[in-house]
Amino acid sequence: MTNITDLTLADLRDALKSKKVSSLEATDAYLSNIEKARELNAFVTVTADRAREMAKASDARIAKGDGGAIEGVPLGIKDLFCTQGVQSTAGSHILEGFVPTYESSVSANLWRDGAVMLGKLNMDEFAMGSSNETSYFGPVINPWRAKGGNSKLTPGGSSGGSSAGVAAHLCAAATATDTGGSIRQPASLTATVGVKPTYGRCSRWGVVAFASSLDQAGPIARDVRDSAIMLRSMAGHDPKDSTSIDRPVPDYESSLGQSVKGLKIGVPKEYRIDGMPGEIEKLWADGIKWMKDAGCEIVDISLPLTKYALPVYYIVAPAEASSNLARYDGVRYGHRAKEYSDVLSMYSNTRAEGFGKEVQRRIMIGAYVLSAGYYDAYYLRAQKVRKRIFDEFVDAFSKVDLILTPSAPSAAFALGEKSNDPVQMYLNDVFTVTANLAGLPGASVPAGLDERGLPLGLQLIAKPFDEETMFKGMYALEQAAAFKARPEVWWA
Amino acid sequence: MSVDKETVRKVAKLARLALPEERLEPLTQELNGILKWIEQLNEVDVEGVDPMASTVDVKLPMREDVLQDGPTGGGQADNIVANAPKTEDHFFIVPKVVE
Repeated sequence: MTNITDLTLADLRDALKSKKVSSLEATDAYLSNIEKARELNAFVTVTADRAREMAKASDARIAKGDGGAIEGVPLGIKDLFCTQGVQSTAGSHILEGFVPTYESSVSANLWRDGAVMLGKLNMDEFAMGSSNETSYFGPVINPWRAKGGNSKLTPGGSSGGSSAGVAAHLCAAATATDTGGSIRQPASLTATVGVKPTYGRCSRWGVVAFASSLDQAGPIARDVRDSAIMLRSMAGHDPKDSTSIDRPVPDYESSLGQSVKGLKIGVPKEYRIDGMPGEIEKLWADGIKWMKDAGCEIVDISLPLTKYALPVYYIVAPAEASSNLARYDGVRYGHRAKEYSDVLSMYSNTRAEGFGKEVQRRIMIGAYVLSAGYYDAYYLRAQKVRKRIFDEFVDAFSKVDLILTPSAPSAAFALGEKSNDPVQMYLNDVFTVTANLAGLPGASVPAGLDERGLPLGLQLIAKPFDEETMFKGMYALEQAAAFKARPEVWWA
Repeated sequence: MSVDKETVRKVAKLARLALPEERLEPLTQELNGILKWIEQLNEVDVEGVDPMASTVDVKLPMREDVLQDGPTGGGQADNIVANAPKTEDHFFIVPKVVE
């Protein structure tokens, strides 16, 4: 048969179930890929021994005929998810060596369904970044390179280890998280499928908190079917997360291939931004045509407050982060400074040593916008604009079923290209951040290559808890785009 | 609105971040760059709009006030101090706070 690691998650699942391959074979094949791909820096921790143990246990269950939905499938886990007995760093020096004594609910759901953990994936520190360059453990390198070039490109962020790992076939699929675009932007930059579900669909329990009203877990996978399988296992109600919603998890895979005829697809004119490459505009037009050809009705819509979404985000997210990250004080877990004279200098030296530059910048912004005298002018105003953005989407979704936009304003860019200008870096999330502010599900599907041969994605946004319609639309886009390109394997 | 170096120093102290003197000037500039960009929110009419803290429109769930099973339950002192930099007999050790 073909190389095991080239099978999609769905095909591997079926091959495992019919005992054509064993989980141990698949796991060893992935571990070998990971070993050869050290240069990509996709993993912070590889858990080879645990992976083989889990694989053997899966094979035993399959032999007895009682395997779970993804029994024996080897996965990568973003290092923001706490994993019992395995270092979980959130990409930060302050959590280096932190070994949780408990398991995040989302990863626990995956193990319940039989998945195997290959290791923990690299990411921007505390998920704050769009290029993976803020990771304490160094940037991840995108498996994709420009045609004829060999400069190192970003795999996007913050879930850059997840996107690069899936694109380079270092795991069958990966978990990721999305606070402003951290699943969809990296998916767009690596020709993978990234799904951010509705806020409340996946439990946040055991996921290191960044901005609690925006954070949501979801999968990065090779195709739409794989992402549907992953989300079904990850999602579900959890009493340990008070914002987790108690409603049944549908079988998303069964939505795939259902007709999209008659669906109304909204195209918001405000997503046509200054300086957007012509290729992205063309791809968007292609996407509109594909949906139309599939029988959808295209509806021009207007979301006038779109341009204010990022500024709202850069008040709300840092404010929540400054509060969430107050827990890192060198007392209960993580790094503690060696030198200090009293408890206050212990706190401030610990935090100055443990947090990177971008994280400190965001804590400062958050502390400032929440401080006495500025709260009303910044934080309260941002929350009001957030409400208006939310209302705009409610209004738009009274007329359409899905919204189609580009996923990111550019293809993969070079490491170092934007790291000196925070605002330029923040603009990467211009198309994705609105769905977080409004709590809506959004997904990126690979749709084409630019003239340098780099992948570009299209985004679909859906109504709250209407992931099924989103998956129908995603599958239709995937079919029409017929995207088959793969990065040339230069790293192994 | 823009921040001066004194404000940045004060916010760093509130946020418990030791700020080396040479980082003060560049950080002030970076923060002002971000704040200037954020200020476009002043163009939006928010008269009479309720602030939104969460998109989840449900009442906060209540549960029975009993000890939970599993990791949120009791009797796990070993686990709770397992990752602490300095402990003694299930206590966290910090520098002396009161004389």
